[in-house]
Amino acid sequence: MNQLQQRNRSLLMKLLAGTVLMFGFGFLLVPLYDVFCNITGLNGKLQNTGALTRDYAIDGQREVRVQFLAVNNESMPWRLRPEQAEISVHPGEMMQTAFRALNPTSRDMVAQAIPSVAPSEAAPYLHKVNCFCFEQQPLGAGDERAMQLVFMVDDQLPKYITTITLSYTLFDITPESSPVSGIAVEPARSVL
Amino acid sequence: MGSLEQTVHSTGHHGPASGITRWLYTTNHKDIGTLYLIFSLTMFFIGGCMALTIRAELFQPGLQLVRPEFFNQMTTSHGLIMVFGAVMPAFVGLANWLIPMMIGAPDMALPRMNNWSFWILPFAFFMMLSTLLMEGGGPNFGWTFYAPLSTTYAPPSVTFFIFAVHMMGISSIMGAINVIATILNMRTPGMKLMDMPLFVWTWLITAFLLIAVMPVLAGVVTMMLMDIHFGTSFFDAAGGGDPVLFQHVFWFFGHPEVYIMILPAFGVVSEIIPTFARKRLFGYTSMVYATASIAILSFIVWAHHMFAVGMPLAGELFFMYTTMLIAVPTGVKVFNWVATMFRGSMTFETPMLFALAFVVLFTIGGFSGLMLAIAPADFQYHDTYFVVAHFHYVLVPGSVFAIMAAAYFWLPKWTGHMYNESMGKLHFWLSFIGVNVTFFPMHFLGLAGMPRRIPDYALQFADFNMVATFGAFLFGFSQLLFVYNVISCIRSGKQATDKVWEGSHGLEWTLPSPPPYHSFTEPPVFKHPYKENG
Amino acid sequence: MIRRTGRVLFFAGLFYAPLVAAQWQVNLVEGATEISRSVYNLHMIIFYICVAIAIVVFGVMFWSIIWHRKSRGAKAAHFHESTWVEIIWTIVPVVILVSMAVPASTTLIQMYDKNSADIDIQITGYQWKWRYKYLNQDIDFFSSLATPREQINNEQLKGEHYLLEVDNPLVIPAGKKVRFLLSSNDVIHSWWVPALAVKKDAIPGFVNESWTLVDEPGIYRGQCAELCGRDHGFMPIVVDVKSPEDYQLWVAEQASLKVAAAQSAQREMSQTELMTRGEQVYKATCAACHQQEGQGIPGVFPALAGGQLMQGDPAEHISIVLHGRSGTAMQAFGEQLNAVDLASVITYERNSWGNQGGMVSVQQISELLKE
Repeated sequence: MNQLQQRNRSLLMKLLAGTVLMFGFGFLLVPLYDVFCNITGLNGKLQNTGALTRDYAIDGQREVRVQFLAVNNESMPWRLRPEQAEISVHPGEMMQTAFRALNPTSRDMVAQAIPSVAPSEAAPYLHKVNCFCFEQQPLGAGDERAMQLVFMVDDQLPKYITTITLSYTLFDITPESSPVSGIAVEPARSVL
Repeated sequence: MGSLEQTVHSTGHHGPASGITRWLYTTNHKDIGTLYLIFSLTMFFIGGCMALTIRAELFQPGLQLVRPEFFNQMTTSHGLIMVFGAVMPAFVGLANWLIPMMIGAPDMALPRMNNWSFWILPFAFFMMLSTLLMEGGGPNFGWTFYAPLSTTYAPPSVTFFIFAVHMMGISSIMGAINVIATILNMRTPGMKLMDMPLFVWTWLITAFLLIAVMPVLAGVVTMMLMDIHFGTSFFDAAGGGDPVLFQHVFWFFGHPEVYIMILPAFGVVSEIIPTFARKRLFGYTSMVYATASIAILSFIVWAHHMFAVGMPLAGELFFMYTTMLIAVPTGVKVFNWVATMFRGSMTFETPMLFALAFVVLFTIGGFSGLMLAIAPADFQYHDTYFVVAHFHYVLVPGSVFAIMAAAYFWLPKWTGHMYNESMGKLHFWLSFIGVNVTFFPMHFLGLAGMPRRIPDYALQFADFNMVATFGAFLFGFSQLLFVYNVISCIRSGKQATDKVWEGSHGLEWTLPSPPPYHSFTEPPVFKHPYKENG
Repeated sequence: MIRRTGRVLFFAGLFYAPLVAAQWQVNLVEGATEISRSVYNLHMIIFYICVAIAIVVFGVMFWSIIWHRKSRGAKAAHFHESTWVEIIWTIVPVVILVSMAVPASTTLIQMYDKNSADIDIQITGYQWKWRYKYLNQDIDFFSSLATPREQINNEQLKGEHYLLEVDNPLVIPAGKKVRFLLSSNDVIHSWWVPALAVKKDAIPGFVNESWTLVDEPGIYRGQCAELCGRDHGFMPIVVDVKSPEDYQLWVAEQASLKVAAAQSAQREMSQTELMTRGEQVYKATCAACHQQEGQGIPGVFPALAGGQLMQGDPAEHISIVLHGRSGTAMQAFGEQLNAVDLASVITYERNSWGNQGGMVSVQQISELLKE
């Protein structure tokens, strides 16, 4: 009987270890998912930002439509509008455009813009070289400002993609009024 | 039979304690099994009342009985209670009663833990039900609690919901550990793994599934908790999180969870059909392998619940193919059951009727599951009543019928009395008609375009909704017959023989009916029920 | 017999009194696009395969139940395994599944077509309405449930399109490829129109895409398909597909309507006018949360009747209606309603249910919106 108890105990320990391991695995899924998204462009949510790492050839034969959207998250009163709703670009060509933001309220606010790309397959090929989504955007009461975006469509963009849509969702992260997210200096979760 | 006499003898000075302490402190697998089964039946009725509230509201178009916010709390609580409170504890109860008796063990391997894992449950569900009375109401975000509806937009009571889920998870994991330890360490000498009854096999696999995925559920609700109270952004896009991540993690738990609720049912049916067909189960080995492959496949199909979230083509194709693949082992199981019946010598007592209805109706649920697996068609079915019909077909005439079948099948063994057979048959036929009248029209509603989780609907859905409501009330009230039958079986009834059924096989039938409080204190001599003569 | 039939009819009539369009639709709609038809065909193929398998399996089962029963004297056979049979009934289903997977994959690839569209429309889900914004055109409007509350609360006879009617339907031309860019303002919604076989989630912070190409003009109805809170069942979708000519007329009309709206904002309205209009706007936009009589729902939605805000400084009241309140369900209506509607509804709230907060003029609001 004693031997049996010992066996039960050691099995119990192994299975508890398995449980703890799987609990950890649940959390591990979070970075795993980000890595997976970064590779596949899943969700069009991609950290494809920052300086370019190589030279790109401008493909003058090809034209790609790049569309810009602005979405406000709930009770975000700012007015965000792309200066141009759509631009035709050649892959490999560096382009500049801007979004105009207006804070119509009577208080100073801080916003964070979250980019997203459709189709998600195009996300790895849309390089945001300089983007207002990198940092928080403060805007005084009643102020208006142009927020710059420099981007380039990769020359390796698959042929079947002819339209890319870049959407920004604007979240209110003004400290005192922010119920959930708090303020993060940069997106709290990033893999790299 | 020598060991049996010893068993009977040894019960003399080891009977149950008396009064309430017997149940509070008990470490006896039979007592704990009983507690689980009573708890499950109670939850079945509470969840059932919620279902009837839902169906009553949907009886006619327009809002009549409840407001939409309460309706959402009803759908959510109904789902959570039925999944975590009724079906899962019922199977744990059956495991407690049966596994030691089937493998010739005196008790579960870890009896004290067994006591804890049960007694956590009432507190968990008390906490969850109490949220319905709190300001802002109980959980109203569906049993799948997708973020951000369950985080940023949740009622304040969501924290209690999270703690309740944690407690249910701990209870299930402890139960699963106990089952694994019992099966691996406590089998009577001579019983190899491939000699075990299928109910024990399916539970062994289920227990491993539980240990693999319940911690993931705990993880996902912990992330929710942190998002709500500690300013993290796992699921909040504003802080770099992702609401779709929630769905991935949830369904990584959720899909194996579905099999947790059906695999033990497969085991029950695989015990009952051979008994009443008086013929050995066809393809025992393939049954074990099929169960194991279903369990393994369940880890790589989760995103078929999310075809509409906008995955890339490759993802959709992958999850479509893997999901279709599950039809193969499931098909093997159904074919094996039919082959067991073929050229048998069948009788149709109540457990057999429930088991036969299980085979037919579960297969219908499987067919609609196959249709749902087809991604392009799923865009039309997803989140409609077609899905509601599908999962109720696999869960009600699937899991619940299997539990009913098991209850009728082993009740004479547990209580020592026969239940009332004609009342059992009446219960079966009313349930069978009720289930089909309730859930079959839901296929039509879904195809015609009725989304799920809505408190009110367009006029073209009115007729079938009315039919479904009639069916639901018929089904709901027929279950009172079951309660009456069980109670009268416990208190009186014809004395049952040890073997109970003509075709019964397996170690539990070698014990007296009812079995002594402590059975198999000496390991019985194991003889394979068929290997000698078959 | 006649009396009995009469009684049955009477009861049926009692149940069906509000139902004009009672029908027993049992199958998927074929729909109005090439994609929806191939989905329908796929659905039927799989359905027939399932029926065929069911006939074989249940056939054998019921054969056994009827003929191999003990009461007929059946003696149980002894066979209990056969590797060959197991292999056969593993391989046959695999073959059937592959034959299903081929057309399914074809249709799926068709759906993922990425060719540029003629028209792009941004669809944003709100609790509990949809917003349609046409890219490259100055068209941007909200679309919410048009069924009156009285019908939902059974105080009025329900109309033919009960719960499937909206104030402003989405208008698209037939024969043109239309691309939808879906996103959400708050929780996850799902934009679903069965006749177009389009169902795609609208997720906050992300943009999803889908497309359609409708052959024939017509009106197609759908609903939100993802639980999105209390009024999930009350945010229908109506797509009005027009011929290309009619569509052009509609686009032109939108521009002139915009001018007319700007003009009416110039005209001063009396308090009575504002109150009448405000009541309509309130019922359509605010009553879902703050309730018909402004009493709110304790602990969930604040009451407006007798509220301090309604009777104190109008600037605070206006600011909340225009810009919403962070962290609550109160949305920013500055973008959703025009100046006239805003002034009306604020005036209505300030002067109903015993409130005495005075009037807010259209000019006042127009000034604020212009900033």
